[in-house]
Amino acid sequence: MTRRTLSLPWLGEGQTTSERLSTGLLIGAAFLLCVFLILPLGVLLMGSLFDDAGEFSLVRFIEFAATPGMGRAVWNTIWVALVVTVITVPLAFLYAYAIQRACLPLRGVWRIVGLSALLGPSLVGAISFIQWFGTQGVLKSWLGDSSVYGPIGIILSTVYASFPHALMILVVALATADARLFEAAEALSASRWRKFVTVTLPSARYGLISAALVVFSYSVSEFGIPKVIGGNFPVLAVEVYVQVVGMHNFGRGAVVALLLLLPVLVAFIVDWRIQRKQQASLTARAVPYVPRPDWRRDLPLLAYCVLVSVAMLGVLGMAAYTSLVKFWPYNLELSLTHYRYGLAEAGVLDAYLNSLKIAGLTTLVGTPFIFLVAYLLEKNRSGPAWLRPLVQGAAALPMGVPGLVLGIGYILFFNHPSNPLNGLYQTLAIMVIANVVHYYTSCHLTALTALKSIDREFESVSASLKVSQFVTLWRVTLPVCLPAVLEIARYLFINAMTTVSALVFLYSPETLPASVSILNLDEAGELGPAAAMATLIVITCALVSLAYSLLTHFLFRRQQAWRSPSR
Amino acid sequence: MAHLEIRNLSKHFGAFVALEQVNLAVERGEFLVLLGPSGCGKTTLLRAIAGLERQDAGQIFHGGEEISARSPALRDYGIVFQSYALFPNLTVAGNVAYGLKSRKADRGVGREGVRRRVVEMLALVGLPGIEHKYPAQLSGGQQQRVALARALATSPDLLLLDEPLSALDAIERVRLRAEIRHLQTRLGVTTIMVTHDQEEALAMADRIVVMKSGRIQQVGGPQDIYRAPANDFVADFIGRGNLIEGPAVGERHVRFGKLMLRCAEPLSPGRAHRFYVRPEDICLYDTLDQRENSFYAYVQKHEFLGAYSLVTLRTHDLAEQPLVAQFSSNYLAGRPIAAGATVRVGIPPEHLRPLPEPA
Ligand SMILES: Nc1ncnc2c1ncn2[C@@H]1O[C@H](COP(=O)(O)OP(=O)(O)OP(=O)(O)O)[C@@H](O)[C@H]1O
Ligand SMILES: [Mg+2]
Repeated sequence: MTRRTLSLPWLGEGQTTSERLSTGLLIGAAFLLCVFLILPLGVLLMGSLFDDAGEFSLVRFIEFAATPGMGRAVWNTIWVALVVTVITVPLAFLYAYAIQRACLPLRGVWRIVGLSALLGPSLVGAISFIQWFGTQGVLKSWLGDSSVYGPIGIILSTVYASFPHALMILVVALATADARLFEAAEALSASRWRKFVTVTLPSARYGLISAALVVFSYSVSEFGIPKVIGGNFPVLAVEVYVQVVGMHNFGRGAVVALLLLLPVLVAFIVDWRIQRKQQASLTARAVPYVPRPDWRRDLPLLAYCVLVSVAMLGVLGMAAYTSLVKFWPYNLELSLTHYRYGLAEAGVLDAYLNSLKIAGLTTLVGTPFIFLVAYLLEKNRSGPAWLRPLVQGAAALPMGVPGLVLGIGYILFFNHPSNPLNGLYQTLAIMVIANVVHYYTSCHLTALTALKSIDREFESVSASLKVSQFVTLWRVTLPVCLPAVLEIARYLFINAMTTVSALVFLYSPETLPASVSILNLDEAGELGPAAAMATLIVITCALVSLAYSLLTHFLFRRQQAWRSPSR
Repeated sequence: MAHLEIRNLSKHFGAFVALEQVNLAVERGEFLVLLGPSGCGKTTLLRAIAGLERQDAGQIFHGGEEISARSPALRDYGIVFQSYALFPNLTVAGNVAYGLKSRKADRGVGREGVRRRVVEMLALVGLPGIEHKYPAQLSGGQQQRVALARALATSPDLLLLDEPLSALDAIERVRLRAEIRHLQTRLGVTTIMVTHDQEEALAMADRIVVMKSGRIQQVGGPQDIYRAPANDFVADFIGRGNLIEGPAVGERHVRFGKLMLRCAEPLSPGRAHRFYVRPEDICLYDTLDQRENSFYAYVQKHEFLGAYSLVTLRTHDLAEQPLVAQFSSNYLAGRPIAAGATVRVGIPPEHLRPLPEPA
């Protein structure tokens, strides 16, 4: 063994054990990312490009194009996504603007409420809009003659679900304003509107493009919402689900999944490039902008925040209310029947426990893995030339792969009888892995940002002191990056708790997760228990977020002595 | 073989040549300074010695052993970076003790031994009693000393310093450079320091290595480098100077315009020579002084800089080129020098140094 490693030039003499270990670990990570990301996607690609006889052909695409109704599904997917983008981005931009650039009371509250949709599965919105505007909806009259089951419901729910994703990006984009620009504009006595158009908008343009791409991709690849509230309105994402889960037509499913993958992948490649430019445009000497009170600006923005918050809470609240009402809309008495019934008979408890297990494991496995890989990428300089680009690419890829596509890739790859990992299929383990891979990129970027912000010579110093880099990782790098690590853990937990898209293809009756069970309960017409389950998930995620906030708060208090910026 | 020897070291970053054919020998106990403008490859050379950057070609020997292919952890040196790279979450004591437990020689010392060594090191760098502070609670100069204490705690055979003083203010910088030099002499540790500040280099070094674009321009003691620059670049980079050019007349004389000056060194008659005159080597005489190499000039500009004045002189005899002279305030003793005045100045023959022809 030793002999063989020594014969490889990049694991040669003159290296310490920990340097060899570090290269070895990175190779191991590359291997895992290949098996659990690249190969499944590769199989998906092959599955759609080769016919049954194993010959290269576009026959599946031709078949697909010839299927009646497919053209409509493609068109519907695109126009709905465009409408959702056009609505969500301005809404979120104004909200982010109010949070960052106005003097509002309770800024923290508006922010949390604005992000609250992240706490539940995307289906929460769909369930809630059914209750508000559905056949027996409270506000059905608002929609006039049109029905919420269809594009209207899909658009409403998707706007609700994608709002926080856009908001997060825009809050960051608006946080980095350069006060000097505003002072210059003021010195030129530019009008409020001109300042907005000439200073605010251009400086946030990368954020706006990024948010638009994220919302568009979200809408294209979301299938839980159209499934629940879409009625007979055909969209591609549901088509994949129907083909694969309903008809077991994996080949057709692969073709549709590939069609979904393309626009999303393109969007994220564009976004990736834009982000690069944005980083370059931020100068280190920028002076942060601190808004001054101005009621003519603040009052309308406050009203807007209240309005949006009421709407957001109205959606969340309706789901919770539905879970407590005995028999909508005839008996509005509050009770825990749905919870009791659900927990006892509809398998809600099992599903909930499954979800907790999956989310917990995703956090426990994903956080160390993602952080370690980011660390090795950042600090390891040896190893073969292909290694780092490979891992970097694999870490960036999941952002552009909808969960749905990943799920189908997993089915095609792991369900194949000749795959030695076949045993993984439908286990908890595969769902945990799917979650880690699905949410990899955001976490990777968080870790990378934290690692890049610390002194890049820590490893050099410890090498000169003859201390293993892993000792330094444990004693210095990890403690310094702890906030980022906790952030990754929280992100993984909440997403694993709420995700539907990849898991819907991977569960077995024993491993059914809570978020997917909502879909099934809804299909069975059990809206009450479905709402109960959704509420449970929201509460769990809210508690985890609270725990996270408390933890970071106390951590900062304890570590204030060394975290405070130098005197 | 010298204590540290570098042979034909080359390093490229893509198409960019960061180091080219660098040869250097460092003696035991020596304080060597790498000096050069930004981007000339000083840091790259230092990092190559540390093994943090791998050379494309060439060899490095340390204490007679070849270390060219060894990873940083298998070489014997302590290093201080420009950023200090102190571990923010460890106290000063934790930082200084960081490398102590891992070394075989130190394993036996135990807890008490480590503590004693930390106290000793902090006393050495003049910061006793700050063991329990965190780096963020220290001033830049204090952080710098802690970084030095950490690098020296393991008694490395070689000390590498990358612009250790550049993040400090001017006063702290001058104080610390004396302290570092004093410490180095006391410990006798072979030291290589990088800087782009020529004054710092002149003040601290036993020998200076002047670099430009990845190549070594000159190696020598501060006096040699200052007095006898090997080429235009070194002459220009170290201190101020006047470059004047003229044909030799006979073995010892050179003509500048109408002026004939004697030179202490032999010249080849008839050929054009270039000379390098330091501003402080231009002397100011009484108006009627007639000694050799003296001439009249008028003052074009006078800059008073406290301890000395910089005077831009013009002379019709010496073509159109202005001469910059430096007169110490002490030497002027209150004699007023105002723009427009005519003065008698001179360049003593031994200060008229011919420069080697550019290669
Ligand atoms: N990792 C790298 N990749 C590409 N180019 C590099 C890298 N490191 C250094 N260089 C280039 O090599 C040249 C020499 O760099 P080096 O850091 O040695 O300069 P320096 O003399 O220390 O300059 P300074 O005084 O600015 O620190 C620079 O032009 C730099 O841009
Ligand atoms: Mg440098």
